[in-house]
Order: sequence, then C-alpha cells, then structure tokens
Amino acid sequence: VSITYLEAIREAQAKALREDPTVFIYGQDIANFGGAFKATKDLAREFPGRVIDSPISEDAMMGMAIGAAIDGMRPIIEMQFADFSSIAFNQIVNQAATHYWRTGIPCPIVVRLPSGGTAGSGPFHSQSVEALYSHYPGLVVLTPATVGDAYSMLLEAIALNDPVLFCEHKFLYFHLKAKSLPEERLPIGKARIVRSGRHATVVTYSAMLHESLRAAAELQKDGFEIEVVDLRSVKPLDTDTVLASVARTGRLLAVGEAFPWGGVTAEVVARIAAEGFHLLDAPPRRLNAKDTPIPYHPNLWAVHRPTAATIGAAVRDLLKQ
Amino acid sequence: MTQTAPISGAPVAVTAERFTDGFRWMLLARTVEDKIAALYHAGKIVGGVYLGRGQEAFSVALAMCLQRGRDVYAPLIRDQAGRMAFGEAVLDATRSYLGSALGPMRGRDGNIHRGAPAAGIPAMISHLGSMISVVCGMLFARRFRGETGIVGATCLGEGGTSTGAFHEALNMAAVEKLPLVVAIANNQFAYSTPASRQFACESLTDRAKGYGVTGHRVDGTDLAACLTVFEDAVARARNGGGPQLVVGHLLRLCGHGEHDDASYVATELRARPENRDCLHAARLTMLENGWTTPRALETMEAEAYETVQDAVARAQRDPVPDPTRETWAALSAHWLIEGGPQQA
Repeated sequence: VSITYLEAIREAQAKALREDPTVFIYGQDIANFGGAFKATKDLAREFPGRVIDSPISEDAMMGMAIGAAIDGMRPIIEMQFADFSSIAFNQIVNQAATHYWRTGIPCPIVVRLPSGGTAGSGPFHSQSVEALYSHYPGLVVLTPATVGDAYSMLLEAIALNDPVLFCEHKFLYFHLKAKSLPEERLPIGKARIVRSGRHATVVTYSAMLHESLRAAAELQKDGFEIEVVDLRSVKPLDTDTVLASVARTGRLLAVGEAFPWGGVTAEVVARIAAEGFHLLDAPPRRLNAKDTPIPYHPNLWAVHRPTAATIGAAVRDLLKQ
Repeated sequence: MTQTAPISGAPVAVTAERFTDGFRWMLLARTVEDKIAALYHAGKIVGGVYLGRGQEAFSVALAMCLQRGRDVYAPLIRDQAGRMAFGEAVLDATRSYLGSALGPMRGRDGNIHRGAPAAGIPAMISHLGSMISVVCGMLFARRFRGETGIVGATCLGEGGTSTGAFHEALNMAAVEKLPLVVAIANNQFAYSTPASRQFACESLTDRAKGYGVTGHRVDGTDLAACLTVFEDAVARARNGGGPQLVVGHLLRLCGHGEHDDASYVATELRARPENRDCLHAARLTMLENGWTTPRALETMEAEAYETVQDAVARAQRDPVPDPTRETWAALSAHWLIEGGPQQA
C-alpha cells in the first residue's frame, strides 16, 4: 500500500473536515468533480454542503473566505492553479494579511496553491508564487516537498489562526509516494536536513528538493558529501538550521524553481551573508529558473528550471572556489 | 426573480418617530464630521478625512433597518451616520481620527478604516468593492451554523461599481442566494471623475437584472423614501429574496476628502433641486409636518454638539500609541514570527 502526495492532501482535508465542523472547502470544480487534480475527490459526498463549487471568481472566493474566517469558520480555498491567485492578490495581501494586525481578530484561512511547473503547462499553469506572498507581513507560506509534510503541514496549517499560503507542487502530486502517512510531525517553521554532508550545503524546498537530492547522489560518486536542507516553510524561514549547516560545510547554494529576481533563494543568501559571513569559505550562490515566462514546450521547460544536472554543475563550481 | 422597484417619489409611510430618529443620527453625523473637518484643518489630525456630507439620509436609512447583534453591516467611507445608527460609538470615530491607543484600531489604522468584526462590523480596507465578498463570507458562516433571518449589508459609491471585486462578489452572492443588501450611493463623482466616465448604462439598477438580483432606486436626499426602500430591500433579503441592489441618487456635498475642494463640481450642478442637502430637507419635512419645532431643533443641535465635544475631549485625553510597547506582531501565532518570541 502506498499513498501519493496528492492523496495525502486529500486525506488531510478529510481528517480536518471530520474533526472540525468549522472547516469547509471552497473552490472551482471541487465538489462533485473532485477538483482539477482530484485533491477533493469524494469529499463533497462524504461531507455534504461543506465542499462547495465556486464561480470563477478568485477575488470573491478569497473575500468570502476572509468573511467566514473572521466569523468563526476555518475555510480552505482551493485555487485551481497558483497562477490564478493573482486575481485574489488584493484580498490575500491587503485584507487577510492585515486583519489580525488591524483588528486583533484572527483570520484562519488555508489557501491551497497548486504550484510549480510540469511539462507542457506553459506560462500560466506553472508558476511558483511563494516569494510574492512571503513579502507581505501577516502571512505564513508553506512549501512541502514530501508526502508526509504535505499531510502534516496541511493539518497544521488548518489548525493555525493565521492565513496560510499552502504551496503544493503539482509535479509531486502523482509521482511522489510514501508507504504511509506520518504519525509524528516536524512543526511549521523548522527546516529539515534531508541529507547530511560536509563539503557544501544546498538549501532548497518543494520539488527542487528532489532534484537537489539527485544531484547530491551524483556528486557522492565523486566523493563529495553534500548536505541538503529542505526549508519546508519559506515564511517563517528557519535561518538557524541553515546557518548551522553552513557552519559545517562552509559553502552555500540556494536552489529554487521560482523566477530569479529576489525571492526565497535571495533571502537565504542575504541572511547567510549577513549572519554567517565568517562561516563561508566561498561566495554563496543561487540557482533559480530563468528570467522569462515559463515555456510550454518540454524541451524549453526542461532547461528553464533548475534540474539535478544544473544543480550538480553549480555545486561543482562552488566546490572549486 | 428580478425586479426593479422605482420607489422614488412614491408615497411613504414612515412614522414621525422613526423619521425623527433618523434625523437625529444624521444631525449627529454632520456635527461630528464638521468637528473632525475643523480639527483636520487645524492640523490636529494626520492622514485623510473623508466625510459623508450629503449622504447621511441614504446611509442612516440602511443601518436603521438592520439589527446589531444579529446582522452584518460593512460601512464604507461616507457612512458615519449609518455606523452610529448601527451602534458604533461616537468615541470610536474621534478616537480613530485622533490616533488614540484606545480606539478600535489602536493607532494601527485610522480614520474611516475601522470596525468591530465581532459586533458584525468588518473593518473596511481602501480597495473598493473588497468588502462585499467579505460580507458574503460572514453570511456563509452564519448559514453554516444554521442561523437564519440574518441580513448582511454593505455600502459603496458608484465609482466602486467599476471594480472587478464588485462584479465577482455580487455574482457570487446571487449564485448563493445570500441575504445581502448592497447600497450604492451614486454621488455623481468618484473623487473627481463624473459618473459619465464611470459607467455607460442608464442607471446602475439596470445591472441588477444582469446579476439576477432585485434592484431598487431611490432619491438619496429623501430620508422617508430611503427608509421605505431599505425596509423593503432588507425585508426581501431577510425573507429569502436573495441579494438586493439599492441605488440612491444624491450629490457628495464635500470633496473626496478634506484635502479636496471639489472645484470640479459645477456651481449649477450644486444648485439643482435634486442635489439638495438631505439634512436640510429632513429638517424642513419635520417642520412642515409639525413633527418638531424650531426650538426643539435647536435643542437637538445643542445635544449633538455636546455629545461630539465630549467625544473629542475624551479622545484627546487618551494615551497615544507607544512604539516601544507595540508588539509588532502581524501573526496571531506569535511563535511563527521571525525574530519574535519562540513557542513555549
């Protein structure tokens, strides 16, 4: 028996719906159809009236969630694709994110964002928007990379009293499998050292974790021991774990699938440069997608984003310095 | 069930007592706003000051048809009258404008960006149209809990109807048949832009049909007509009639804010009878019907003035926000704040 990343997300929602009567899900095509990716498969049948189809109105979906949240509910919003959350940007960053600060009334919402690239998805169904939302105070931004984290972090997100952007990676939906759901969890805000090493640290998150691990395995053949850190949550960002890793290795590469200007990898490098400059044996490096919209054709897409090969090459470069 | 009910000019059945209640709130709103404007021009208020002068009748009439503790009311920037009629204290206004640490927003936000969500008054953000879907969400929550007979109402100007947020929310409310009342004060100018540059339909009530909601039109300077139309609209929403769109015609008798002299509003336009001052009109109605006397009006004005002076004096004596005592916590989960206190 095995469970996929996508099934873990469905199971977490089922558990939340079962255990908390204030939880409901609102989104496009999520009721009888079960969602574009089937993340809510059969939930409408199992929980009548609590898994609800919305019109194609991301702004109103988010505003509705805010109203329900400040009135005692715990809504989960499924954006069909993270890319479309741009329509709800105002409600997310100006209304949900400011609400607790302005009024003292918390605004517990989970916005599920099917994120990241898959072959053939093109410019408007592939985006990674975690940096946009991390920029704004008042939001928690999660980027689970494993089946276990998809499950436990979603449950933790639903229990939080603050708005959470839950960036679930579409590339991991079907391919990533685990034997069972986790019984223990690492809390939100803690990074995980997924692979230990002593020659360089690769800090990454979401689907890029798996590319980075493949790169590390490849480098192992040449005797390089690469430490791989999965941030898990990009806001808050666990600087301490990254600093401790860099203290061991002296070298840092931050890898992300998002666009290169600013963003999570820039934040990681800035923090380590500011707080751990003395630990570094080489200039810290970043590897991101290219600074163009995300291409449609698989040949183009395959080189637009970082891969195990380009991550491996970047680490080799870093090791030479 | 789409219906456009042209109420304006129709005979009204509003009692003297109810009309006088409305007039008192209008008078108090005008008095507090005149005082706030004076404080602003004297340099005692930072930021902006946005008044509802000329919109008091339309604003108060909606709020008087709602029940605090049961209904949801999301006022916008020109709803001082409605806010007070729904139960917001005068002190909340003076504290918000004067930056008191004891005000509803504690100095973190100011002026008209205030509310009490737990009392059914969400705190508006500046982005127009954004509050409609929030009210829908509060109605959703109450429907989930099995609470019935509840109405949610919100206010907007004609300029706000040009936003995508307005369209999305009204459409969503119609799909869900929510008990929502949206009051549109067509005050003819969105900041400086005339309504002719804002929309091309003959009347904003024409849009009601497109959304599948009931539309109402009213002379927004006529308190009795406003009370009548809102009583009808709120009752329809409360009784399962779905969303109601009420458009009131009036003229904003001030600038967009007190920094704006509204010189773009032509003198001839201001002089037109339909653009009269609703407060003055209400006063005349009361005198003509023998519902009050000049002396009684003077007493009401003096009482309003006293109330406002007291609220200003109290707010001015209040402590101001102290940046060294501010928590600077944007999350309720304090342990997730970077550099903040760790989880126990």
